[in-house]
Amino acid sequence: MTTGQIDVTHSGLSAESPAIEVLGLSFQYRTSEGRGRMWTLDHLSFHVDTGEILGIVGPNGSGKTSLLKVLSGLLPAGEGDVRLGGLSLRKRSQTDIARVVAVVPQEYAQVFPFTVAETVLMGRFPHRTTRWWSLGIGDETAKDLSCAHQAMVDTDVLSLADRLVSDLSGGERQRVMIARALAQEPKILLLDEPTAFLDINHQIEICSLIARLRTERRLTVVLVSHDLNVASQYCDRVLMLKDGGLCRIGSPEETIRPDVLRMVYGCEVVVDAHPQTGRPRVTMPMNAVVQ
Amino acid sequence: MQPMTDAMSSWAQAGAVLTVQRWVVVIGGLLLASLAVLVLCLQFGATSVGMGTVATAIMRLLRGDEAGSPGLATSEIIMVQIRFPRVLMGFLVGASLAAVGVTLQALLRNPLADPYVLGVSSGAALGVSVAILFGIGSTFMLLPVLPLFGFAGGLLALVVIYRLAQSNGRLPVHSLLLAGVILNAILTAFIMFITSIMEPNRSAGLMAWLMGSLTAPGYPALGVFLMYVVLVLGVLMHKAQSLNVLTLGEETARSLGVETEGVKKQLFVLTALLTGAIVSVSGMIGFVGMVVPHAVRLLIGSDHRLLLPASALVGGMFLSLADTIARTMMSPAEIPVGIVTALAGGPFFLYLLLWRKDRML
Repeated sequence: MTTGQIDVTHSGLSAESPAIEVLGLSFQYRTSEGRGRMWTLDHLSFHVDTGEILGIVGPNGSGKTSLLKVLSGLLPAGEGDVRLGGLSLRKRSQTDIARVVAVVPQEYAQVFPFTVAETVLMGRFPHRTTRWWSLGIGDETAKDLSCAHQAMVDTDVLSLADRLVSDLSGGERQRVMIARALAQEPKILLLDEPTAFLDINHQIEICSLIARLRTERRLTVVLVSHDLNVASQYCDRVLMLKDGGLCRIGSPEETIRPDVLRMVYGCEVVVDAHPQTGRPRVTMPMNAVVQ
Repeated sequence: MQPMTDAMSSWAQAGAVLTVQRWVVVIGGLLLASLAVLVLCLQFGATSVGMGTVATAIMRLLRGDEAGSPGLATSEIIMVQIRFPRVLMGFLVGASLAAVGVTLQALLRNPLADPYVLGVSSGAALGVSVAILFGIGSTFMLLPVLPLFGFAGGLLALVVIYRLAQSNGRLPVHSLLLAGVILNAILTAFIMFITSIMEPNRSAGLMAWLMGSLTAPGYPALGVFLMYVVLVLGVLMHKAQSLNVLTLGEETARSLGVETEGVKKQLFVLTALLTGAIVSVSGMIGFVGMVVPHAVRLLIGSDHRLLLPASALVGGMFLSLADTIARTMMSPAEIPVGIVTALAGGPFFLYLLLWRKDRML
């Protein structure tokens, strides 16, 4: 799969305005004065095309998660602007954003006994139609139910519909959270470390699910990952952050390279080609010596 | 978009999500059960009366007969003037405690939270204690004044906790709970100080009230309290969907379009209002707000559109029964109902804490 394969043919929009435009974005956490004047995100500019999978990688504390939060409107852009489909986030309410962007958090721990179906239906919240006299009971429209149903089919959790989320395995729970996000009918899906706490079979499962959803639903996907190989194998382009600044953005071949990784992470790694895809593959050197 | 299929309606109907039908069945059933419990509780007391007396007393009340009008038997006067308002008040207090518990648990994403853990009750109790210390509200129209002091105290406690726990514009759950524990200790110290400087006979009354006890209120007071309960429960019901989404976590809730900070502030004001009213009429009755929602959740699930009214009804029944035990166990003397609820709820709390750790936060 290549970058250009997805676009243009179906979507007239993507030719005019990309799914996400980031223009000179800077962000800073409010801290007590004096110390820590550093930008968490420092003058970032890039765009994500419709139907593209962009991977955000970088060392710990490089601002990956903060960037994802700014993209979803959870954190306000300090300077610069973020536009979704050509419209600035500043001009959208959170509900408005929620109808376009769905976020899958890194970890999801539910302490109350909610069923899978109930959880997925919560994704319909931004689309809800509440009648004041009904107290919210029976407000689910046929469309809400069919969206939730389709989301559960697509993520293969339909058979778990009446199970409690708290009783599921990590991989199943992650799929439920993706189903919940899909029930929002988003155009853009943001995932924070979707494979972080999963073993290898669930990692494969989630990654192929994301790749499949992109094709089936023409989703634009931005995912943050610690795992350089996940970014390399599953993303069309990779954005490398260092100290909040954009270090490099481009195809995996352009970004996952020994010289770039040395610059960003300050260590030597072995990069060869994946035997099946030919994409860069990162492994630790035999004698891991930090320069 | 796919049309409705059989497979789809199967998960929507099979108890996986809340349906109107299930809501009506559960709430209808609990309303009938509540009625049965109320009638049962009316029969017991220092003097037990039969079903017939209960029925005629209710009929007279509904007809609007003045208590004390000629033709009323002593047992009927007891029913109309004392037992009926007391049992109703117990039901309303229990319902409110459970509703406040459900709300705070969802807000804090912690099934162990209740107004006592957060220090809201202590704040309300301090407000009421201050009012009593200065002789405010020791008039016949006791109720309308004291709940406001309770509300002020409870809200003040919440605002202090909110400020203490807030960091970076957000409200992390753990620091909130910790702030509640500390605040509780400080507020309790203030209340103890007030009782220690009071005349002994007044402080004894205050202590008895603090332990959590119900008395027979006048009908105007009962009406005012009913108004508080209906108003707050109604608004809470309208926030039920937001409460559901809030349990996904604050950031996820926000990413779904819930104005979390605003909703939380509204809910804190509502719970403080109701807690103030509860504490002013019944002192500190513990564990109802924690035990009842927990048990109800295990039986009917977590959807707050059903959980909130169902917990309120079960809470009402629970406290009515607990108060009946408190009234009759050492008859003719009464023990504070707070002791009964603590003896029933405390071990349950410990059980949850020790053997169900996996489910806790």
